[in-house]
Amino acid sequence: MFNIYLSGVGGQGIGLLSEILIRACDYAGYKVYGVDTHGLAQRGGVVESHLKIGEDIYSPLIKKNDADLIISLERTEALRGLINYSKKDSNLIFYDANWQPLFVRMGKDTEVSLDLLSNECKKRNVSYYRIFLDTLNDPKMQNIVVVANIAKKSLIPKVEIDHYENAIKDLLSGVNLERNLKLFSEMFI
Amino acid sequence: MKLLGEMLLKKESFSEIVMGNTAIVRAMIESNTKVITSYPGSPTPEIAGAISSIPLEKRPFYFEFSTNEKVATEVAFGSSVNGNLSAVFFKSVGLNVAADSFVQLSLLELIGGMVIILGDDPGANSSQNEQDNRHYAKLSYTPIFEPSTPQEVYEMYLEATELSKKLKMPVILRLTTHVCHAKQKVDFGNYTPIENSFKSDFDVSNGPYIPITSEVFPMKEKALKKLNSVSEYSQKTKINKVFINEDNKRGIITYGGPYLSLIDVLKNSNKKPDILKLGIVYPLPEKIIIDFLKKHEEIKILEELDDILEKEIVYIAYKNNLNVKIIGKSSLEDWLGEYTPDKVEKVIKNLWPDLISNTDSEKFEEIYVPKRPAQMCPGCGHRSAFYAVKKALKEKDITVADIGCHTLGFLPPYNMGQVLLSMGHGNSTASGLSINNKERKVVTFIGDSTFFHAGLPGIINAIFNKHNFTLIVMENGTTAMTGHQDHPAVGKNFNSDTSSISIKKVLESFGVKYIAEIDAYSQKKLIDTVREFVEIEGFKVIIAKHPCMLKFTREQRKKGVFITRKVKVDKDVCTLFYECIERFACPTFQKDSKGKISVHEDLCIGDGSCMQTCPSTAIKPKKESKEGENNV
Repeated sequence: MFNIYLSGVGGQGIGLLSEILIRACDYAGYKVYGVDTHGLAQRGGVVESHLKIGEDIYSPLIKKNDADLIISLERTEALRGLINYSKKDSNLIFYDANWQPLFVRMGKDTEVSLDLLSNECKKRNVSYYRIFLDTLNDPKMQNIVVVANIAKKSLIPKVEIDHYENAIKDLLSGVNLERNLKLFSEMFI
Repeated sequence: MKLLGEMLLKKESFSEIVMGNTAIVRAMIESNTKVITSYPGSPTPEIAGAISSIPLEKRPFYFEFSTNEKVATEVAFGSSVNGNLSAVFFKSVGLNVAADSFVQLSLLELIGGMVIILGDDPGANSSQNEQDNRHYAKLSYTPIFEPSTPQEVYEMYLEATELSKKLKMPVILRLTTHVCHAKQKVDFGNYTPIENSFKSDFDVSNGPYIPITSEVFPMKEKALKKLNSVSEYSQKTKINKVFINEDNKRGIITYGGPYLSLIDVLKNSNKKPDILKLGIVYPLPEKIIIDFLKKHEEIKILEELDDILEKEIVYIAYKNNLNVKIIGKSSLEDWLGEYTPDKVEKVIKNLWPDLISNTDSEKFEEIYVPKRPAQMCPGCGHRSAFYAVKKALKEKDITVADIGCHTLGFLPPYNMGQVLLSMGHGNSTASGLSINNKERKVVTFIGDSTFFHAGLPGIINAIFNKHNFTLIVMENGTTAMTGHQDHPAVGKNFNSDTSSISIKKVLESFGVKYIAEIDAYSQKKLIDTVREFVEIEGFKVIIAKHPCMLKFTREQRKKGVFITRKVKVDKDVCTLFYECIERFACPTFQKDSKGKISVHEDLCIGDGSCMQTCPSTAIKPKKESKEGENNV
């Protein structure tokens, strides 16, 4: 059994990201079960998605501190995901978008620093992968950059590059597909 | 790209990864459901999303978003008594709106069959409560099927339609949030299309269809008889499952989502109790339950939300003189929230600690992670409206919230909307607040979809009874919160263009004397008008209009005409007054460790609604660029 916890902020494309992973895992021959949280999430709140892979899976929801892989599209949410869902030896990969929550912007909370995040990873013996692409103009494609890096680092056992590509092809079409596949393959150069 | 619409219409069987809300649409097609209605509400609107993937001319059924859940229920009912299998779906609290007509359904002969799909929301993920709609089953003599997984959603819908058609009675399919949204590979069956299959078989001889005074009793008796035959059926159907783990001492009775969490939690346990998983949670399969109770010394009822099963099962045990210990809820905590694996583990561990293997993970020093409350999107007209209304009102004045994206106005820094009941309550709650209240002005908000849903009776009452408050209609041209469904003022419905019903004209025809229609971005005009209107005695309306910018920018991107616009903060001009960040509070504005303000490129849509709020005019437009280009 392999548990993946995904998080981000509404509008970042967590839905598509989790759909790509679910289908990639299916192409790799795994039994998968997942669930997104919707609701108010679209309006700038936290979006979560849970994904379970393996034979012995029942509830789509992951227990606290029981994720093998934590994926986040935002820095503060990466820290939240780490604290709530990591266990010893899990991996954290996150896109370092920094969308300050309301009370940080208002000066009532302190912004999460990269130092804090990497230290908390160390304490928990969690591997830390920060992803950020200076040249990326379209924030809607941050999720594809993360997928490519998951593939490159083989963070989900036995799910290969072509499994991810097939999943992307299932979900997108036209110019959108072309742009995303191009970016995906560029990440391997 | 895999096209969902084509897949859903396949004649041969297939398997596909889908969520529960999509699986149900294939079941509707396979079962030849002819009429489907709804009012959008989380966690169910994705059902309509899947329906919309099938082009109108290929859709083997009629679908509409009705103006509210009661209307939707009645449209589906009308179709059913005409001989057409129908279904209606909406969220948990939608059943309260539908209830007046819904409770009558079981009294009547639904010759075509009818399934009511409920999206209950344990955990109140997107609702104003976590009401347990199983209560309504007893009140209305209506059976409830409750699936655990998308596969079961599909299978149980099919079975529910068969039962409903056979007994000509309504059947509820109760889904919960994470059953609606769970995704797995579902095995679907064959689909045999039936041509020209819409019927018009309505005939009073199928009835009676007029439940009134003494006519009610034979109808009620018939409803109760039908319910009894469902009890009989419930003993036989494979939907109720018993899992024997050779534990003669302990058993657990559960259903739906909690069942999955239970299996998850007991996975590593080498001493598993027997489990009875109910698929029909009302009426209960009494003989199966008696048999299960007899075989065990202790029974745990694992039940999310209220103690409905517990009460029923204790009663069954008492009535049958069974000497068995039945353990239901033990604390108020057991009544709250979703029964996730974490929650179920706690509940079971408290009761039978030996079943749970110790997995105490290492404890770490607690770290505070800044909370992230949901908020209005960049460019949202509601933000501009709230910002302006707050400026126009006094601290002591009262603002009433309603349901929609604009409910979020209650959050800091706006704090606009201080009390909330339900869809459309605002006008009547405001009426009550304004009675003999000379000191404090009362202002209430309503969204445009809610205006038509349940807003009109409160408005008419305010006019009829001469109440004294100001209504602000937050018109964004869509039902935004649930994913941009059209409503009567839009000019199109789910299927075609339609004539738009203008909110302003409706109000004029009611004889409302003071109506102002103002673009929500025109803050000065809005502030002045609010100040003017609250001083006038009587019912006044301001329509604060601006299209939903999330919908607008999405549509532009789809059409390929999206132009990247941004604003920037001129740091030489900025006086660090923080109006943009602390009072206007668009999420685009970020504050660095030195207190300097910048515009987040990922978030800004360049709508410019913020520019007028800056006292030092430091917010300025940036050069435009086409999507994908660099815009430095």
